[in-house]
Amino acid sequence: MTDQLYQEIILDHYKHPHGRGLRSPYDGEAHHVNPTCGDEVTVRVTGDLSDISYDGLGCSISQASASVLHELLTGRTPVEAARIHDAFVELMQGRGQVQPDEDVLGDGVAFAGVARYPARVKCALLPWMAFKDAAARAGMEVSA
Amino acid sequence: MTSFDVARVRADFPILDREVNGHPLVYLDSANTSHKPVQVLDVMRSYWERSNANVSRSVHTLGTESTSLYEGARAKVAAFIGAASPDEVVFTKNSSEAINLVAYSLGAGLKPGDEVVISEMEHHSNIVPWQLLCERTGATLKWFGITDDGLLDVDESLITPRTKIVSVVHMSNILGTINDVSRIVERAHEVGALVMLDCSQSVPHLPIDVATLGADLIAFTGHKMLGPTGIGVLWGRAAVLEDMPPFLGGGSMIETVTMERTTYAPPPARFEAGTPPIAEAIALGAAVDYLSALGMDAIHRHEQELTAYALKTLADLPGVRVFGPGGPEGRGGTVSFDVAGVHPHDVGQILDDLGVEVRVGHHCARPVCARFGVAAMTRASFYLYTTTDEIDALARGIEQVRKVFG
Repeated sequence: MTDQLYQEIILDHYKHPHGRGLRSPYDGEAHHVNPTCGDEVTVRVTGDLSDISYDGLGCSISQASASVLHELLTGRTPVEAARIHDAFVELMQGRGQVQPDEDVLGDGVAFAGVARYPARVKCALLPWMAFKDAAARAGMEVSA
Repeated sequence: MTSFDVARVRADFPILDREVNGHPLVYLDSANTSHKPVQVLDVMRSYWERSNANVSRSVHTLGTESTSLYEGARAKVAAFIGAASPDEVVFTKNSSEAINLVAYSLGAGLKPGDEVVISEMEHHSNIVPWQLLCERTGATLKWFGITDDGLLDVDESLITPRTKIVSVVHMSNILGTINDVSRIVERAHEVGALVMLDCSQSVPHLPIDVATLGADLIAFTGHKMLGPTGIGVLWGRAAVLEDMPPFLGGGSMIETVTMERTTYAPPPARFEAGTPPIAEAIALGAAVDYLSALGMDAIHRHEQELTAYALKTLADLPGVRVFGPGGPEGRGGTVSFDVAGVHPHDVGQILDDLGVEVRVGHHCARPVCARFGVAAMTRASFYLYTTTDEIDALARGIEQVRKVFG
């Protein structure tokens, strides 16, 4: 059953994260913690989203999610980033009922199974919420 | 493997028959909350169906019956821990409330310069109330550390004539360590400080006699010892409780009330404002009966055998590191561990898929995790109904974890 949760894509991003490590310069930074498990992630963004860097400590879901976020959102326009961000949040909050669009979410579709595990949705969303705050601090508006 | 009849015990716990994710339930999270035997469930149900009424205020038959059952439960709990009198037993909501009660009541007299001593091994419930107290009063918080072996690093010089309260855990909820508190008690009493023990993990699992422990106050909770949630206990020596001002004000805790002022009832009523958790207290009494009938010595021996078995089983698994004392001596049936390269959340998720229920995370004892350099741990905890087969199931689950994340 956990095959749905631990998709190969997720395990791959966990074991070989993309773009990991905090980099400068950046325009906005946010540090988010999940108080129930202690997972942490710090996300930094440049104002033009030419770089999104991150570092964190946590389970495969939260860390793989940060890696996927980096891959999906780096180099996007704020409007595109907001659209992808919204789609990911919608997928996660959809209790497994939302059909993900691979054209929008790329490797993010692998997280569809996570939505069926309410205890793990927060893990997947942790970097995305940190990204939203970091983007806001960089002067960007990302909804959801 | 033992004279203790686990199969007979298990037959009393209906939940142990259920399946989880297509596998028989393997419940290894009793340090979090225990399951309840039919004997406790029946008492609770029959109370609601037969006797339900408010306590300590009615002259009618149901009220008298309820009061007598409620006070009877107090007497059972008192006898269970060797209290000098049932009046030394205060019913609270849980251990956290019991500790907060003491921090507010006893703590109200503290001033800048006074000191409170706790330890790094505490559950957050025995840290935060004291931090709040020190913020309110200007008193200073100090703490004992933890050794590499997971023992309390008792530096007696921390307890000085400025120390007013020492509050430490009797058995760690994360390392399993059973602390020998005799030196702490002796030193604290030398300087006139009071000693409180968080016995949330010890009272359910070990024979406890408050006179032998030597502490002035202890806290524990019903739901970890086969009772329901919503009921906890503060035990205090009569003279200590007698000197403590009220915590919460309201019905039942008064002697007389005028519009100008109120005088207070003696303990334990002084600390039980409002309608208490009546059915829960009575059910806790039934839980105490159940544990006493089996014998706490026998239960402890059973758990020590399980602990020895678990420590050996885990030691044989590659990549598994156990935290806390390495042998069953001086520790209870709570074993936390790390699986190399795999986050505890992922360990717990894979185990759950196999019906094995463990706790993962910081276990409300974040400083302990920090002390051992990890953000989180996986914890398996045992009780009277746990079997060695279940520990084998845990080991098979860990193999599966390593397969998925290998």
